[in-house]
Amino acid sequence: MPNQSTTHQHTLGSRVFDVLNIALLSFLALITILPLMYVLAGSFASEAEIASRPFFLWPEKFVTTTYEYIFDSGTFVRALLTTICVTAVGTVVQVLLTFTMAYPLAKRYLPGRTLVLNLVIFTLVFTGGMIPTYLVVRDLGMLDSYWALILPLAINPFYLIIVKSFFQELPQALEEAARIDGCNEMGVFFKIVLPLSKPIIATFSLFYAVGIWNDYMSPLLYIDDSKKWTLQVLVRQLTSPDAQNAMAMLESVFFPTQGLKFAVVVIATLPILLFYPFLQKHFSKGVLLGSVKE
Amino acid sequence: MATDLAPPPTRAATKPGRRRERLTFRTALLRYRWLYLMLLPGLAYFIVFKYLPMYGVTIAFQDFLPFLGYSGSPWVGFKHFEELFNGPDFGRLMFNTLILALLTAVFVFPAPIIVALMLNELRHSVLKRSIQSLVYIPHFLSWTIVASLTYLLFSVDFGVIATFFHELLGGKKIDYVAQPDWFRPIIVFQLLWKQTGWGTIIYLAALAGVNTDLYEAARMDGAGRFRQFWHITLPAIRPTIVVMAVLTSGHLLDTGFEQIWLMTGALNRSSADVFDTFVYYMGITQGAFSYSTAVGLFKGLVGVLLIFGSNWLAKRLGQRGLF
Repeated sequence: MPNQSTTHQHTLGSRVFDVLNIALLSFLALITILPLMYVLAGSFASEAEIASRPFFLWPEKFVTTTYEYIFDSGTFVRALLTTICVTAVGTVVQVLLTFTMAYPLAKRYLPGRTLVLNLVIFTLVFTGGMIPTYLVVRDLGMLDSYWALILPLAINPFYLIIVKSFFQELPQALEEAARIDGCNEMGVFFKIVLPLSKPIIATFSLFYAVGIWNDYMSPLLYIDDSKKWTLQVLVRQLTSPDAQNAMAMLESVFFPTQGLKFAVVVIATLPILLFYPFLQKHFSKGVLLGSVKE
Repeated sequence: MATDLAPPPTRAATKPGRRRERLTFRTALLRYRWLYLMLLPGLAYFIVFKYLPMYGVTIAFQDFLPFLGYSGSPWVGFKHFEELFNGPDFGRLMFNTLILALLTAVFVFPAPIIVALMLNELRHSVLKRSIQSLVYIPHFLSWTIVASLTYLLFSVDFGVIATFFHELLGGKKIDYVAQPDWFRPIIVFQLLWKQTGWGTIIYLAALAGVNTDLYEAARMDGAGRFRQFWHITLPAIRPTIVVMAVLTSGHLLDTGFEQIWLMTGALNRSSADVFDTFVYYMGITQGAFSYSTAVGLFKGLVGVLLIFGSNWLAKRLGQRGLF
């Protein structure tokens, strides 16, 4: 309670509790952030420094050799570009599919709406599971295709229901006016409803983009060709205990240095951290919206 | 619902006297053609990627051979389920999965509640917001990153944390990430690190909804800080805790495929093998489609039972439940 501070009794016990509480929470915050800062510092440190200093948040000597190596090597750049493209295209596809489906589902008078909604909700309780889904993707000829990283996850049922609830609460008068002016439903959707939904479109674009960027299971299941690896797969291959075998599979046979591992982790994390201020704002709103509607 | 009777907002619908007519399939289709057209791509998605796999579950009762297809493969009844229940894997998978579920219920589930309550008692709002911003971050990092950080920090040769514990406790250096004994503590620690901060949001929202007059009244009656907490704050988030418990229990056997898979190595398989990773291993790497689908189906059905069961229990205990 923000305004409690003025009226709270300041007994000794209460103060001791406050001090302990602040100390403990600060400790939690530090545990959260220190590993990330160490990896960032380590990615700019020399191999010798990483080996000799147990823990540091600022390298003694600032070197960028690992990053130069990364951006010189075809494998990294290809994985990075692949991930950026798949994330961009995937987010557009997902947002478009989710919003166009949510709009008719928000129309209470639409015959058949309840049936479709129930079909959607049922998928939250029960799914076919990993192998049957894999077989469907395979039968569609999408193995080793980038579409396999996008289409099987095209609509998140939770997001769909949240967007539907949002549409239901939009004022109907504007839509009505557009219809009287001779707009069909498709026109109303694109000309009236979508422009009104910009904040929620931003929210769910971020939701979906983070989902694809971070996805490891889909490439693991559907992508065999090492030329089509995404960044997450590359991070995994480099940092897993049997990294040597993985690197032997790539064009260059070498042992990934500790600094290189740090740098790859930084590159795969950085976009998330750059978008984090927006993420935080929108995501907490989205989570609450979802929880209210459930 | 009264709003269901709202007149359809197309020009065709405004003819007097025809408002309440029962729509035939064809007129509805014609009248709402644009809405149905918009529904179509999404519906196609659900049919292809959600309902076709559900139909595909039938291969759990077949000896599925890809070149014979779903209709041509021979039916074998419950053979794969018998194989699963009588085979050597079931006990180990069940044990590992349940132990992880138990550890999650005991350590991971209460953590965000405790941290949310601590944050709620923090009266310095700038500090509160800064701490919140920091502890939310790991939620957005992928499991690949979390696993990589774990390997980097706990590795026996360079790992900061491994070195720290070695110097603190002495003795032989422990390879935490390879040891079966350390697998579960590491999984629990990762879950705590990644999800605790984010998990507080829902509880903080419930806490923000508490009427401040209640605290005022309690103070008037001489209630100290602890009694305010016990009689006002805690009851305020009880419904949220119940809903979260119901939701979580439905996913009791979902151990998080990515996390477990990424932390499974050659040496810790004995404690790392759970249903999710076993399905991948048997299905994708071994090609035993029918058997692995049977394993997945068993897990899915238990999940459905659990969510209905815990919802029923929540209602019996006088809470609202989910549905």
